[in-house]
Amino acid sequence: MASQAIIFRETKDGKGFYILLAVLGAFLALGALAFFNAEHHGHHVTGMNNQIVWGLPHVFAIGLIVAASGALNVGSIGTVFGKKIYQPMGRLSALLAISLLIGGLIVLVLDLGRPDRLIVAMTTFNFKSIFAWNIILYNGFLALSAVYIWTMMDRQVKGYYKMAGIAAFTWRLILTAGTGSIFGFLVARDFYNSAVMAPLFIVMSFAMGLAVFILVLHFAYSWTGRQLGNAVMNRLRYLLAVFIGGVLLLEAARHFTGLYIAQKAGVENFILFEGGVYTQLFWVGQILLGSLLPLSLIFCRKLVDNRVALLLAAAFTIVGGFAQLYVILIGGQAYPLTLFPGAEVSSDYFDGVINSYVPSIWELMLGLGGVALTLVMVTIGVKVLRFLPDSLSDAVADPHSK
Amino acid sequence: MNQNRVDEYRRNFMTALGGVAAVAAVAPSFVLQTAHAAGEVAAKPADQAVTDAKRWGMLIDVTKLTDGGAAMVAACKKEHGWGDEIHSDATQKAHWARVVKVTDKLTQNSFSLPVMCQHCENPPCVDVCPTGASMKRADGIVQVNKHTCIGCRYCMMACPYKARSFVHEHLIDQKAHSPRGIGTVESCNMCVHRVDNGQLPACVEAAPDAVTFGDLNDPNSTLSQTLKAIGGKQIRADLGLNTGVRYHGI
Repeated sequence: MASQAIIFRETKDGKGFYILLAVLGAFLALGALAFFNAEHHGHHVTGMNNQIVWGLPHVFAIGLIVAASGALNVGSIGTVFGKKIYQPMGRLSALLAISLLIGGLIVLVLDLGRPDRLIVAMTTFNFKSIFAWNIILYNGFLALSAVYIWTMMDRQVKGYYKMAGIAAFTWRLILTAGTGSIFGFLVARDFYNSAVMAPLFIVMSFAMGLAVFILVLHFAYSWTGRQLGNAVMNRLRYLLAVFIGGVLLLEAARHFTGLYIAQKAGVENFILFEGGVYTQLFWVGQILLGSLLPLSLIFCRKLVDNRVALLLAAAFTIVGGFAQLYVILIGGQAYPLTLFPGAEVSSDYFDGVINSYVPSIWELMLGLGGVALTLVMVTIGVKVLRFLPDSLSDAVADPHSK
Repeated sequence: MNQNRVDEYRRNFMTALGGVAAVAAVAPSFVLQTAHAAGEVAAKPADQAVTDAKRWGMLIDVTKLTDGGAAMVAACKKEHGWGDEIHSDATQKAHWARVVKVTDKLTQNSFSLPVMCQHCENPPCVDVCPTGASMKRADGIVQVNKHTCIGCRYCMMACPYKARSFVHEHLIDQKAHSPRGIGTVESCNMCVHRVDNGQLPACVEAAPDAVTFGDLNDPNSTLSQTLKAIGGKQIRADLGLNTGVRYHGI
């Protein structure tokens, strides 16, 4: 655990707190409106259809779920690997993880065709389904993260701190492997169906989760007038670069093998070169803005200790992560199913053509509602409980940096 | 009410009862005779559970389908009432079956065939369904339990044949024998309501010369004998799903 010099304190009452809640509440209301609209009229009001069956809500949901497990990493590095400079941030890390997961799950659940049957999903399991496993993994993650927070906040159970941290860390790795495997086990679609999906999602979660953590940490400290030094932020800065590099490495491995395998060459060419919006999202969104730009902002010598550069790097990492998920989810479905390899197919039901998808405003509202819920949970969490160290200035954090 | 009227009612009732009994006695043989036209289907007693003694399947001879299967698709649509959704656009409407035209890129050889649920022995849709709503009956028919489907659409992501549809709106005027529902997934169920009654699936009846329906487990069934004699290919046989629907001439 961190030294006694670290004092945790709730955030103070203030006008800013209520303004923030009001803004987030507006987005929550829009999300609720989107849900009730689709629930009342049916999914024909969305842009999703019987060709693109998972759309923008799934991009948001999986983005938040992936970021959730990644957000826990900051705590895990302190607990599991004993890096002391990270330990004071463990509580926020676990709170953010829980909040992101609930935000993601609410989007996923409210987009179900029959959300009223959630109890069926919670009580009737087909254990051959990775989805059913994920329901258990998500709930287990919430429970373990809560226990982890408990061991950090209650001196009486301090003895279980390391054990809880290791359990949560192990669980989050399995959880994200499970999220990646949602796609990795789909034999039907050429763009998925690969064992690399599980590790890719794990590294993606490292990057997205840390990027979200950096932004939340910065704004939580700046808006509450607390000190946040460069010692902490520079650690996170270079860690972010490592994770972005990891994503690039696995993406390269995935696409090069895809191009090499004849069966996957068609969809790889589509995504990388001929896919219009998906190709642009891949090269411009994910690679240029989401990976190379953040790396440049992190490693540019003139931007050392520059907080704005780090915040921009984190923000663009999130943009890149969402672009990546959009390409994987929507791009993978836009490419037609291969019914007859080596033949051209056509029908009156969109066989053999690139499927079109335009997300509706309702889907965007639902997705943003999930993001808002996450931020509301974090905002209220740090307000009512002692999640945030009073100061993370260099003077406080640096002595713990080993 | 006087006694004569009571007797009249009694006579009418007894006459009607006799009529019903006569129809009940004759009808099964009539239905079976119809069924024999393109395969053997014996009615399953309603009080008996489905067993794996039979595995229902069909062979579609594409060379004998002059319309590429359009009549089969139309019969399916009429039987189950899909595709007439009012608010859904063309990409959102349900399609339990469709005619697909295939042209070999190298040889330009071309043919058309109806594509619907292939009733796999190892169905990916059943594997991925979190609640078990997507299920395979012991007799090989793959269908959706509408009571436990939560509308997650994972089965649609997993199906290599795009055979499943999600219902995007409230439905009216449904067929009593084929209930459908907003927010759930649906697909060809091999006309399970007809098969259990000893009838042929609607699509098979629509193309009796081109389609043979029957029991794949029975080596002596017309279906098995025909498959043995002329062969039957699977769509995406490389996936190893061992489909119950086979095609000749593709």
